[in-house]
Amino acid sequence: MDFKGSDTIPGPRTEDHLPHTAQAAVKIVIVGGFGVGKTTMVGSVSEIRPLTTEETMTQAGIGVDDNFGSDTKTATTVAMDFGRISITDQLVLYLFGTPGQERFWFLWNGLFEGALGAVVLVDTRRLEVSFDVIGRLEERGVPFVVAVNSFPDGPRYPVEDLRSALDLAPDIPIVECDARRRASSRDVLMTLMRFLHSLAMTGALT
Amino acid sequence: MTPPQRQRRHPSPELVEPVPKPEGEGGGKRPPERLYVVAGPDGERADLDLVTLIVARADPPPSATPEQTAMLRLTTAPLSVAELSAYLNLPFSVVTVLITEMLTAGLVQARAPIVRQALPDRSLLEAVMHGLQRL
Repeated sequence: MDFKGSDTIPGPRTEDHLPHTAQAAVKIVIVGGFGVGKTTMVGSVSEIRPLTTEETMTQAGIGVDDNFGSDTKTATTVAMDFGRISITDQLVLYLFGTPGQERFWFLWNGLFEGALGAVVLVDTRRLEVSFDVIGRLEERGVPFVVAVNSFPDGPRYPVEDLRSALDLAPDIPIVECDARRRASSRDVLMTLMRFLHSLAMTGALT
Repeated sequence: MTPPQRQRRHPSPELVEPVPKPEGEGGGKRPPERLYVVAGPDGERADLDLVTLIVARADPPPSATPEQTAMLRLTTAPLSVAELSAYLNLPFSVVTVLITEMLTAGLVQARAPIVRQALPDRSLLEAVMHGLQRL
C-alpha cells in the first residue's frame, strides 16, 4: 500500500480532541438518496468538520471466496460522510450519512445494527427514491423517523398525504427541516430521540 | 398533485439482527457480537464498530511500522475507528486489520460502543437528548 510517512498524516485539530474520559460512543444513521442533503445535515450539527470514511468493494468485501471472474481492478470505492457531537465527557454521538442502496451497508460492519436509530431524509421532488430504504429499515426492525428536507422548488404535501404516500405507521414521526440549519437538524435528531424514548417507555422496541 | 405511493414492509426474521439483551448488573460491558472474518492469511479481525473508540496504550516501540506509529500518534486522545479511517485515508476494513494487530500487541485499547438493545437504556437516551439540547 502506498502509505505516506507518518509525518504527513493529518490529525484532528487540538480543539477536536475528545477528552480522555470519553468511554463510549453511540451512532445515528442518516440515510437517503443521492443529493438529498445527508452530508449537509451531518455538517450543520457536527462539532468537527465532516470527515469521510471509505470502503472498497472488493471480492473480500462482498464475502465471495472464489476468484470467479476476478479482476480486482473493478473494485469500487464507496464513501460515507460523518460528524460528531460530544454529549458528555463520557459519551460521544456520531452521525453517519449513508447512501440509500443496501448493497453498500454491509461494507461497514454493523452500520445499522448497532445504531440507536435512523433518520430517513426525503426530498419531495423525488419521494420514490426513499421508498426502498424505508422498506429495508422496516424489514430490519431499525427504528426511524422521516425528515423532509425542504427545497424551495419542491412540491409541498400535507403531512398526512406524505404519511399515506410513504405508507408509514401512525406513530412514526414526520418532520420538515432545513438541513442547512443547525437548529433545524438538531430538532430532527431530537424528534428521533423522543421517538426512541417513547418506544423505550412502551417497551415497543424489539 | 398526488405523491407517488409506497407499500409498507414488515420486519423480516432473517434480516432482523438479534438485538443484544442488557446484562444484569453494570450492563455497560457487553460481549462482542461476532468476529468479522476476512478471506486471507490475516485470520480474524477484532469486532470493531465504526464508533469503537481507540486509545493508545504505549509510545511507538522501535519495531513499530509507519502505520502503527501514525495510529499511536492519532490515538493519544480517544478517536473512533471511523475517524482513524478518515485521517489515515485508509479504507475502514484496512484500519480494522491494523487495529486488530495493535490490540493483539497491546499497543492500543478499544472502548466498545453502546449499541441498540432490546430494552433500551432510558437514561442513555435522555443523556443524548440533553446533549442535543445544548447544541
